[in-house]
Amino acid sequence: MATPESRPPVYRHRLPTRLWHWLNALTIFILLMSGLMIFNAHPHLYWGRYGANFDASWLGIGPTPQGGGELRIYQTHIPTTGVLGHWKDQQGHVQTRAFPYWATIPAHYSLAGARRWHFLFAWVLILGGTAYFVTSLVNRHFARDIAPTREELKPRHLWADIKDHARLRLPTGDAAGRYNPLQKLAYISVIFVLIPLMILTGLTMSPSFNATFPQLLTLFGGRQSARSIHFICAVALLAFIVIHLLMVLLAGPINEIRSMITGWFRIPPEKQRHG
Amino acid sequence: MADAFSRRTALTVGGGLLLGGCDKVASTRPAQRAFLGAESLTYRVNRLITPRDALAPEFTGADVSPIFRSNGTSRPGSPDYAQLLGNNFADWRLHVGGLVHRPLAISLNQLKALPQRTQITRHDCVEGWSAIGRWTGPVLAPILQFAGLSDAARYIVFHCYDDFGGTSYYESIDLVDAFHPQTILAWALNGQALPVQNGAPLRLRVERQLGYKQAKYLRGIEAVASLDQVGGGKGGYWEDVADYAWFAGI
Repeated sequence: MATPESRPPVYRHRLPTRLWHWLNALTIFILLMSGLMIFNAHPHLYWGRYGANFDASWLGIGPTPQGGGELRIYQTHIPTTGVLGHWKDQQGHVQTRAFPYWATIPAHYSLAGARRWHFLFAWVLILGGTAYFVTSLVNRHFARDIAPTREELKPRHLWADIKDHARLRLPTGDAAGRYNPLQKLAYISVIFVLIPLMILTGLTMSPSFNATFPQLLTLFGGRQSARSIHFICAVALLAFIVIHLLMVLLAGPINEIRSMITGWFRIPPEKQRHG
Repeated sequence: MADAFSRRTALTVGGGLLLGGCDKVASTRPAQRAFLGAESLTYRVNRLITPRDALAPEFTGADVSPIFRSNGTSRPGSPDYAQLLGNNFADWRLHVGGLVHRPLAISLNQLKALPQRTQITRHDCVEGWSAIGRWTGPVLAPILQFAGLSDAARYIVFHCYDDFGGTSYYESIDLVDAFHPQTILAWALNGQALPVQNGAPLRLRVERQLGYKQAKYLRGIEAVASLDQVGGGKGGYWEDVADYAWFAGI
């Protein structure tokens, strides 16, 4: 019997991809958590050009008169006592800020501290992201690994991939050596949509950048809309990270993490599929 | 007893270690250097890519916030200020000094007689909210030109009447912002005399920066060569007490 394990490992991730992956993992993590602290300074979101305490917000997180915490989206009130708007700090004291200490950087309330982390790593995101972008165009990582083929974009093919994911049936054999169609679409939405949107809406919140490039305000419909979109994209990125980590666990965490560190990936042996 | 170590405990402990780590890192010298380096990079790149006189967006009357909330102090507590307010600021003077050839003491009526600018602009608090209002007041540049800045002057410092636990509020801007066409000393908001909560009788509008730069309750303007001798040396009240960035363009 030919042992499937005897297949030689494939070189799956090149150095620039691996470097950017880990730098970006740290960067996004710090940006998300310091961003939640910045949100804590004014836990309401608005649409339009202006928005402050006396204006109608579409989202709010905070304490309730009944002594709990809640997330409000338009007229929907979701109880979040213990997590959002009403939680206990490390000393056991009840706090009524929106996001709890374990989700924010810094852990104690500090808008100035959070802004320092956020803007330092915003630079890391922009500079690291630009380097990755240029490299991936030059070494054809985008064209070869990330761009879906015409065949993969056919509804029949996509549907099959969706069914496979829903049944947690992950690719094996040769198919495991490349990204599957849903995976490609997920990476495309993060690299070409979510991260650029985060950067652009972030810049739109800057009063000085509004003077440099006022068109962004028009594009996003005002500073407070940009702030709302920034927050929604952050939630979408968090959802991506959760699914991404879940898929790593399902696909074999050791092999996956090793391949993102060393570049070398062991192809999972072909499985017999029983109809 | 795997359940005893619940996912939540794991999250809390893991998160706590990690966060504690972040907070510890933040106070180290390399981290402080990195933070200040990033702030300085932001300031320089901004000055590089933004034309000197590029205007902050201006809006129409339809965009004005129904209620313009106040920020910071809503009424200075000092007896000095109470006296000035009691007399409707008739005895108030704006003192212009420091590195100028001709120190000035300007009354409110004199300020209103200077060339005025009215602009509907957005006020962005560092906390995240925005309010749009119509501001009227003299442009700062001609006042500075009349006072005559000495060649050594690099920054304009604003001294205020609002009091934070014994310290009067102060802020500072560079000469690019001081001579910007939208940088005005506003005495009116939405066509009315500036309300006390918004900084009566006079406040700075420096439209390409955040709210804490918009010094309220002005008492004096001082031209300086460096920010080292201003307050704690970082150029503003919040910069000195809470590490807010001096360049508040973002």
